[in-house]
Amino acid sequence: MKRVLCVLLIGLLSACASKTPKPGADVEDKSVGTTRSAAEASQGRQAEPSLNPLTDPSNVLSRRSVYFDFDSYVVKDEFRSLVVAHAHYLRDNPSARVLLQGNADERGSREYNLALGQRRADAVRHAMTLSGARESQIESVSLGEEKPRATGHDEASWAENRRTDIRYQGE
Amino acid sequence: MTAIISRFPASSLKAISMQIRLRRLPALGAVFFLWLLGAPMAHATLNIEIFGGGATQIPIAIVPFAAEERLGQGITPVVGADLHRSGLFRLVPPGGLRPHEPIEVVYPDWVNRGAAALVIGSTTTLPGGQVAIRVQLMDVARQVQLASYAETVPAEQLRAAAHRIADMIYEKLTGDVGVFSTRIAYVVKDGKKYSLQVADADGFNSQPVIEYTEPIISPAWSPDGTRLAYVSFENKKPVVYVQTLATRSRKAVANFKGSNSAPAWSPDGKKLAVVLSLMGGSQIFLVKADGSGMQRLSQSSGIDTEPSFSPDGRYIIFTSDRGGSPQIYRMAVTGHPSSAAERLTFEGNYNVSPDYSPDGKSFAFIHRSGDRFNVAVQDFATRQVQLLTDSKFDESPSLAPNGKIILYATEIRGRGILSAVSSDGRTRQQLSTQAGDIREPAWGPLRRPR
Repeated sequence: MKRVLCVLLIGLLSACASKTPKPGADVEDKSVGTTRSAAEASQGRQAEPSLNPLTDPSNVLSRRSVYFDFDSYVVKDEFRSLVVAHAHYLRDNPSARVLLQGNADERGSREYNLALGQRRADAVRHAMTLSGARESQIESVSLGEEKPRATGHDEASWAENRRTDIRYQGE
Repeated sequence: MTAIISRFPASSLKAISMQIRLRRLPALGAVFFLWLLGAPMAHATLNIEIFGGGATQIPIAIVPFAAEERLGQGITPVVGADLHRSGLFRLVPPGGLRPHEPIEVVYPDWVNRGAAALVIGSTTTLPGGQVAIRVQLMDVARQVQLASYAETVPAEQLRAAAHRIADMIYEKLTGDVGVFSTRIAYVVKDGKKYSLQVADADGFNSQPVIEYTEPIISPAWSPDGTRLAYVSFENKKPVVYVQTLATRSRKAVANFKGSNSAPAWSPDGKKLAVVLSLMGGSQIFLVKADGSGMQRLSQSSGIDTEPSFSPDGRYIIFTSDRGGSPQIYRMAVTGHPSSAAERLTFEGNYNVSPDYSPDGKSFAFIHRSGDRFNVAVQDFATRQVQLLTDSKFDESPSLAPNGKIILYATEIRGRGILSAVSSDGRTRQQLSTQAGDIREPAWGPLRRPR
């Protein structure tokens, strides 16, 4: 079992580190966010206590990216349930710590994009604290446009890079 | 036409202006390629391509200096390249004519060639290897000497001497301060490596200041040109450093919780405006140049960033989204946090990256219209906006210390390059290296007389 978890974790990490955009995965990302509720997520965790809910692909907690519109830091409705699920996980696991990394697409000013990434991370932090997470569990930072996940120069790549990533301590 | 003439010192150069009127080039929009091929370089050299210009260029002939061919480093090719690159000059080939003293100049020859100004000179290698340079600038139509210049330099400083000669000629013929002896800083991303580099204004002599595998952004020159402030992500988050160029010693001057970025020097070099997320949002603070004495400057619930000081240090202009979209504002530097700021830009919904002009009368910035991001300037008094570029992704405008040229980052086929546009929008140049993405240009200050 441990080995399986290990493989899963490595798979997830390498997926995160991958520079190539995965449009298929993104679409799935968003639709899961809208269809699965936080309640379902925590039920899933309770039903299979041996599986890490943070890395279980069938659990909403394995979804780690919140996407934003151009020049916006409003958490869109379709990501509310995703953010709430993570907030409830933090509430129920007081020792858990999370790093929120805000990102921006490459267009426009690097410094403004750095500030925009900070706002995107702060917006997710604010939403999490409203749903039960403690301030002390969350650190929000910005990578601006400096660490693009998608390296293309088109709308699909830009959309992929306008996001906040949720990273748990130890991952 | 009238615009350029009005820039000339009225008295001595009427003749040259007349000459230009007769000789104006029809080729506005012609493309010139200037390949700066020089001595072997330890580091990548910037190539420069020039676009536009033409209509109001001063035709100038530069005769190779006496005994110049014996030097390891030519002088007149560097002078010619500098003047050409400014967009204000057209080089007239001297053909076989080789005067080196005013008495040897046969003026009708140069009138026939279409030259309005003529540069002649000589070099003498002294015992010990120093080189004595003498230069004369002649007005062809009036048949008089406009300026003379003499300097003795070590052989390894011949390029620097050539830039000073170009500055002298530029100043005499345009009435503006020359910027050929200044330096520029920029960031090169090559694969996973980021390096902050400093180069002469013509792209030669590039030297890495620091190199990392994490991003570097926002270099800013201290007003005396001895230090660079910049933002490095080497510690997994943005931190502001100040590095002394001569000693390479450096210090983190803003390393607070959260993000630290957007350094801007006060004109006296004693303080830096920086942007911190320490107290929520992104807000502008002041720190002393050693990082002590942090105090808050701006006070809004949104993003305040990209501060730029007025030349007198009394104001900063900055980008803020307090009105719902990023726009440029101006506030007084009072030493107390203030929410009072005057909005300056109203056209469009994305105006960012302001840079105060050296005369305090205007500012350069990036304006988005549709899906294009372009360099623009706005006059403080008239609020008139002029778009200077028509490319797609322009960033980080930085004004030359004479206010006449704006250096900025743009891209061609997905690769970042540096470009420069005259502040009246009439001439453009591209600077590019052989490899890597270039971005984040910052034009250094005028060099103080030694």
